[in-house]
Amino acid sequence: MKLPIYLDYSATTPVDPRVAQKMIECLTLEGNFGNPASRSHLFGWKAEEAVENARRQVAELVNADPREIVWTSGATESDNLAIKGVAHFYQGKGKHIITSKIEHKAVLDTCRQLEREGFEVTYLEPDSDGVISPAQVEGALREDTILVSLMHVNNEIGVITDIAAIGELTRSRGVLFHVDAAQSTGKVAIDLDALKVDLMSFSAHKTYGPKGAGALYVRRKPRVRLEAQMHGGGHERGMRSGTLATHQLVGMGEAFRLAKLELEKDREHAKALAKRFWDQLSDIEEVYLNGSAEQRVPHNMNVSFNYVEGESLLMSLKDLAVSSGSACTSASLEPSYVLRALGRSDELAHSSIRFSFGRFTTNEEVDFAATQARQAVEKLRELSPLWDMYKDGVDLSKVQWQAH
Amino acid sequence: MAYSEKVIDHYENPRNVGKLNDQDQDVGTGMVGAPACGDVMRLQIKVSADGVIEDAKFKTYGCGSAIASSSLATEWMKGKTLEEAAQIKNTQLAEELALPPVKIHCSVLAEDAIKAAVQDYKQKNGIS
Repeated sequence: MKLPIYLDYSATTPVDPRVAQKMIECLTLEGNFGNPASRSHLFGWKAEEAVENARRQVAELVNADPREIVWTSGATESDNLAIKGVAHFYQGKGKHIITSKIEHKAVLDTCRQLEREGFEVTYLEPDSDGVISPAQVEGALREDTILVSLMHVNNEIGVITDIAAIGELTRSRGVLFHVDAAQSTGKVAIDLDALKVDLMSFSAHKTYGPKGAGALYVRRKPRVRLEAQMHGGGHERGMRSGTLATHQLVGMGEAFRLAKLELEKDREHAKALAKRFWDQLSDIEEVYLNGSAEQRVPHNMNVSFNYVEGESLLMSLKDLAVSSGSACTSASLEPSYVLRALGRSDELAHSSIRFSFGRFTTNEEVDFAATQARQAVEKLRELSPLWDMYKDGVDLSKVQWQAH
Repeated sequence: MAYSEKVIDHYENPRNVGKLNDQDQDVGTGMVGAPACGDVMRLQIKVSADGVIEDAKFKTYGCGSAIASSSLATEWMKGKTLEEAAQIKNTQLAEELALPPVKIHCSVLAEDAIKAAVQDYKQKNGIS
């Protein structure tokens, strides 16, 4: 077993060696290096063929038409293109957008920008399980609503949104529905032929593909129009200009092909690992799994170890690459806005660690992680005045704290 | 974030972890911070009749720098008079531990905890 152990698959995944091999073949003089937009010679034609093959592979994972896939640099760009693109194109129809408080920053910050431009945004609050319900969306829909944007799987807590039911609602009301699926490809089966989703963002690097590649699904029937955000040579049917990065897109295509092929296997593997991990932790006092226990992807385990601060816990877990929802890991000094939105107490929000498993995680690694976590929590609780107070029966919510 | 060697040393081998009986007349307790901010420090001192800090204990909920700041504070307080201890400045703690700018608040909190513990002792014993 090699240390440190990578348990941060929700942040990014390693490129699958089979993917890397395909990418290498698209770089050098001997390889497929041409510009896919070159129409006058074989180099361009071959590159175009590779890119179109990749487009088909991406479309096949989500049961879409390849002509509905627009290449981008990643899910952030896809989110920007979808939300700003729709807002700018349809602003004559209305200027109201619905999203949630637990979206990725790529969605939240894009919505903030649109607010500065005069759009109105409703931010739905999840329940304590981190779930946004179709009823909430229905309650927020207005005459002037043009777009609903919600993520398929939450990046911090792994909770799945019921996009099938929400799509029914938005379609019946003539409102467009955008879904950020960066965290769900290869984890949850997606059938865009059945789902009434109009736009969907994809990322390559969360699904064993390379960083810097992504795509946006833009529905053809009923047709969705977008105002381009990147202008230039008119690539991607004018929706996103810029020379296509053949090697990146070929990598994404191969990664998505494998995701489809190995979806069940990957899911069963993640499920077994998560169970194994949780079985070793759940008997510790005051340990909580954040987010719905049922409506979730198995590979993402966001755990709060009450009365232990997240960053100090990370310091003890130095042989593990995990991430913390705690304040101190970011420059903002604010604990995770996602956990706060779930109504978790401050202590619990500050005490959370996200362990995320993947295709290459082993039982041995999970056992090691669980043992380390146990020991660290024990050690830090010995150091924690909050643990003392809890053990003495003090109600921490009643204490007059000296905020600083 | 990379931690300084001194922070890691205090984090891995914290000095003077523990609890004194806060009901004792010769014990002063300072508790500062809030769970909402991700830091709570409890610093306690046991003072001799001639005003010298004989023992100091702490427990801290917070990041590694907060733990190190309070651990170092207890080390420095031991053997000092109340007046000397109250002179310990956050800048000295921060410098000794080589805290980065985003962690300066941890040393500020430790200074507050020292002052609160001294103040508590003085109040208990009618010293102004």
